[in-house]
Amino acid sequence: MIRVENLVKTYGPVHALDGLSLNVEPGAVYGFLGPNGAGKTTSMRILSGLARPDSGRAWILDKEIGTSGQDVRSLIGVLPEEPSFYGWMTPREYLRDFVAPLFGIHGQVANKRTDELLEVVGLKDDANRRLGGFSRGMRQRMGIAQALVHKPPVLLLDEPVSALDPAGRKEVLDLIETLRGQTTILLSTHILADVERVCDVIGIIAKGRLIVQARRDELLASYVTPLFEIESDNGFGHWLEWVEKQAFVTKVTVSNHTARVLVKDVHEAQNPLLESLARAALQVRRFEMIHPSLEDVFLRLTEKEV
Amino acid sequence: MFRTLLTKEFREWWRTWKIIVFMAVFLITGIVSPVLAKYTPQLLKSIPNLPVGLADFIPAPTVADSVAQYIKNTEQFGVLLVILLTMGVMAQEKERGTAAMLLTKPVSRSAVILAKWLTGMTIVLVGLLVDGLACFAYTVVLFEPLPLGAFWTLNLLLLVYMGVYLTVALLASTLARSQGIAAAVAFGGLIVLIILGSIPYVSDYMPGQLVAWGSSLVLKGDKVAWPALGVSAVIIAAALTIACLRFEREEI
Repeated sequence: MIRVENLVKTYGPVHALDGLSLNVEPGAVYGFLGPNGAGKTTSMRILSGLARPDSGRAWILDKEIGTSGQDVRSLIGVLPEEPSFYGWMTPREYLRDFVAPLFGIHGQVANKRTDELLEVVGLKDDANRRLGGFSRGMRQRMGIAQALVHKPPVLLLDEPVSALDPAGRKEVLDLIETLRGQTTILLSTHILADVERVCDVIGIIAKGRLIVQARRDELLASYVTPLFEIESDNGFGHWLEWVEKQAFVTKVTVSNHTARVLVKDVHEAQNPLLESLARAALQVRRFEMIHPSLEDVFLRLTEKEV
Repeated sequence: MFRTLLTKEFREWWRTWKIIVFMAVFLITGIVSPVLAKYTPQLLKSIPNLPVGLADFIPAPTVADSVAQYIKNTEQFGVLLVILLTMGVMAQEKERGTAAMLLTKPVSRSAVILAKWLTGMTIVLVGLLVDGLACFAYTVVLFEPLPLGAFWTLNLLLLVYMGVYLTVALLASTLARSQGIAAAVAFGGLIVLIILGSIPYVSDYMPGQLVAWGSSLVLKGDKVAWPALGVSAVIIAAALTIACLRFEREEI
């Protein structure tokens, strides 16, 4: 659906993109993650036709971007990082009289679509207010509405929830959820919790290159820490001596009532550990396999690059 | 698509009061020019303690004075207003980010420029109609009827003359990334045209000659400036083409 091959873009001495390649499958919600200056916005600008790469190619729905006669803009809805509007227009005028006709939508169809979108993004009561007086959060909602006017098969969302309050964030993420499967979404953000919540596939970019691309669950599983934490009310006694001798155990540390057991393979170690704890008659309060958060994975990967 | 862009431009001129300012200035210019021509000599004569005999040297006002006032005022205020109201039209869109929002939609970049140019030219045309009608009516009342064909040909030449400045200001606005730079480039263009217009021989080819030609038509002179009309048309076409080509290639 979205395919990028070896994109290179330099601004003077700065390599904004250094051979970026990625592939977004149809219907996926693709989380595009990276530290500041990694090249996320540059990639978005190239995909939306606002900038040209120095080299490399990109396609949306098999149409190559930047090739004459291959205008991809009717296939995409774009939300820039800081959406801007004509301050003298109202949301209704902007959607119905400006954006919709540019996509060939006129009359009653444009009117109906405008009403639907204003309802969806929670701006129905402000439909006839001047956009010039809107807060950043309201502009962000309006930005989402204008990107959806023509029901595009591909959505490029640059930091779609960064300016919203918690309630607004939830509404927008719920909206993205409703589009899952029908629309392919490339979503750049630095809010990892949101990526974890809505994205099926995650691509992490650093220094203009994609350093990893995987399904969310696979990515988290591949970076799982082989560590168990065990909390016991009556200490660990002889069980500690037993566990330290096991071949599958790498290291054991104890502090207060908690033992941390680092193992070679979590699946191999899980059952023997549970059985041994039962045999030792310990009063186990907690037995937990430590899962990494996306933040741990992100920091581990990007720090390695930087 | 072009109609949508054009509608947006006209609505913007209307809703941001630019069109009101433009029409008000042109209407006032049209009314005031013949009135000033008619009553300035009388005002001068009524100054108390005027040296004896000086009043006899103040000539009686004629229709030529009315036309001269009209041309001078329309040229000065018109050019200034055209530059001030046009120099920000593209730079502002880029500076505020509305251009980026617009260009992710299926629109031709050249169409964006042409819509802005056509809107500006239409508003100047209507402004000159208002200006000319007011001047014509007051001149008829205060002096005598003007030769109709010649007077409207003068206004047509003023339209081309202002079109040169409008297109140069639009080009400046396209080349610049901010309104401040656009203003500097637009007024730089104005100064260059004024300097070239003051150089002997070269001045015959500059847009300023269109005003002299129009004046000559109304006052039955023999001035003709076809080369200046040709050069003005070339400046407009070239500035518009460069603006379109530049904007087509620009990264937003």
